[in-house]
Amino acid sequence: MTLALELKDLRKSFGPAKIIQGVNLQIEKGERHAIIGPNGAGKSTLFNLISGRFFPSSGEVKLNGEVISGKRPFEINRMGLSRSFQVSNIFTNMTVRENVRCGVLYSMGYGMSFWRNIGNLKEVSQKTAQILDEVGLLDKANLPAASLPYADQRTLEIAITIAGGAEVILLDEPTAGMSHSETDRAVALIEKASQGKTLLIVEHDMGVVFGMADRISVLVYGEIIATGTPEEIRGDAKVREAYLGEDAQALEGVA
Amino acid sequence: MTDMTASHAALEPSRSDKFRQRTVPLILFAVVLLVIPLFNPSRSMVTLLNHMGITIVFALSYNMLLGRAGLLSFGHAVYMGLGGYFAVHVMNWIAEGTGIWGSVPMFSMPAFGFGAGALAGAVIGWPSCRRAGTPFAMISLGVAELVAAAGFMFDSLFGGEMGISGDRMNGPELFGLSLGPVDEVYWFIAFWTFIGVLGTYAFTRTPLGKLSEATRDNPERVEFVGYSPQRVRYLVFIFAGAFAGMAGGMSAVQDEIFTPENLSLIPSGAILIATYVGGIRYFTGPIMGAIVMTYMGSNLSDYTAGWLLYLGLMFVCVVMFLPDGIAGIVYGTADTIRQGRAGEMWRTWMLRLVGLALVGAAIITIVEVAFRWSDGYGEVFEPFGLQLTVENPLTWVIGILSLVLGILALRRAAKGGGK
Repeated sequence: MTLALELKDLRKSFGPAKIIQGVNLQIEKGERHAIIGPNGAGKSTLFNLISGRFFPSSGEVKLNGEVISGKRPFEINRMGLSRSFQVSNIFTNMTVRENVRCGVLYSMGYGMSFWRNIGNLKEVSQKTAQILDEVGLLDKANLPAASLPYADQRTLEIAITIAGGAEVILLDEPTAGMSHSETDRAVALIEKASQGKTLLIVEHDMGVVFGMADRISVLVYGEIIATGTPEEIRGDAKVREAYLGEDAQALEGVA
Repeated sequence: MTDMTASHAALEPSRSDKFRQRTVPLILFAVVLLVIPLFNPSRSMVTLLNHMGITIVFALSYNMLLGRAGLLSFGHAVYMGLGGYFAVHVMNWIAEGTGIWGSVPMFSMPAFGFGAGALAGAVIGWPSCRRAGTPFAMISLGVAELVAAAGFMFDSLFGGEMGISGDRMNGPELFGLSLGPVDEVYWFIAFWTFIGVLGTYAFTRTPLGKLSEATRDNPERVEFVGYSPQRVRYLVFIFAGAFAGMAGGMSAVQDEIFTPENLSLIPSGAILIATYVGGIRYFTGPIMGAIVMTYMGSNLSDYTAGWLLYLGLMFVCVVMFLPDGIAGIVYGTADTIRQGRAGEMWRTWMLRLVGLALVGAAIITIVEVAFRWSDGYGEVFEPFGLQLTVENPLTWVIGILSLVLGILALRRAAKGGGK
């Protein structure tokens, strides 16, 4: 088996606070892997460590066998890992199309070129239009991104993330705050966009997680207490213990 | 994805849109530049126009940083100054005429300024572009102080307080222009102003130009789509320095002198004000700001010694009440007229104008009376034959009453009153 992503004894402390306490995780190429866990378990921190936003205190992260921990986010992105954010992180003063185009540009080899007219880059325009079509924002392409309704901004967030064609995609709570129908659409989009790619997703909506993930890891207090298929996780005693109360019923609900 | 070419074509502005929005304004600008000499402007008017052209390029280069990249620089005159100094040195080498310099036309000075400005930007930008925001602004301030101080210290390079002067009537002529008379210099300035506008506009259309806007909006996200924000800022900074240096080269030919004063915080502050007053969110904003401020700088000083004070007041008011500047007013008004709401708008505008006139009259009265009084020469402010002394109650009636009335009118206009 080939590993797309490998975390080895990853740790992160902020002063005395140990947020991530030795996480080991192996994600195969093409796998859809979900990370669940109660609030404050360190899920977002884990994403920040993988994507280069934070440097780990110790341990390492490997992308396709290469160590990426310690590299800057843009270097990691160029190596084929792209992430979305829990709070929409878009270019608010630009149009939707320009937002997606920013995500497309580097992968098309146009780096920071200053000798080309961006309007003449046919492949870039086509790829941008294709992404917009895929996520269903084509009719809103020329609206300012800031004017989009919340759910569309979340979609744009995903669009920017997949625009560069990264092989490994990290989505941080892509359906947070969405209504049922919006969530359904987002899930369909994510399933389509992650076809043939490796997907790591943090999600609170158990329906989404158990419906989509090939494997699930449960993160509690900075440690992974269980990893396995949805069936294995559902039957795991430790997981049930961690999810006392409401969320345990949520587990039942999708059982 | 059914019909890729169709959807892709629909996204982009159409060919005629592009022509109307991009090519036509440039053609109009060129036409204006060509037509101006037909009106036989006076020599002092041509000199003023030449300075406007220089300031337009300088302001556009400054807006590459402030408006497009979100970088607030307090020392942009450094790059115009260094570019200009280099051009003056080249002018003197041309005058000596030794070696290759004998065949360099005077017309090409802005190109030398461009190169020198780019080099200065590349050297100084390397440490200062590592951070944006407040650290960047502070470093730019420090660099400006440092370079201006160096200007006074290294006499052979910067000529001390007297600066270095050159003579533009040397070297081979280009386009049959000897560059002697000021109306020949006009063509030189017009040519390079057009190049400057074209160049800075083209820059906004490049991938790097777009990324600079993205970096301004959200530097963090830029990192996660494969770009280093530092690198983007650094490259933009080099280009901003280059175009500022180009303005310096234009200035070297027009004024034939550069002094360390040109490197100091004063011209840096002036270009910040001109650019901001023009409107940093629009490409054409700095052009409008450059024209207005250059005009005011040269004319207002003839009328009153307090013109810097008025300039400062105006700047503060623009920052507080008109953050989109002159361009914001122009485009906002154009939009309203296009939407057919001109009728309801003009009443608000009248109210606003009356308010502005009242406030203006009050402030001018107070300022002019105050500093004539503080001079102590017994001079009296006499607008329209009125004897406005400190003792005259009319002074205070105008000063206070019209200020209050003017503010009331402006407040009403701001609430959309006057309908």
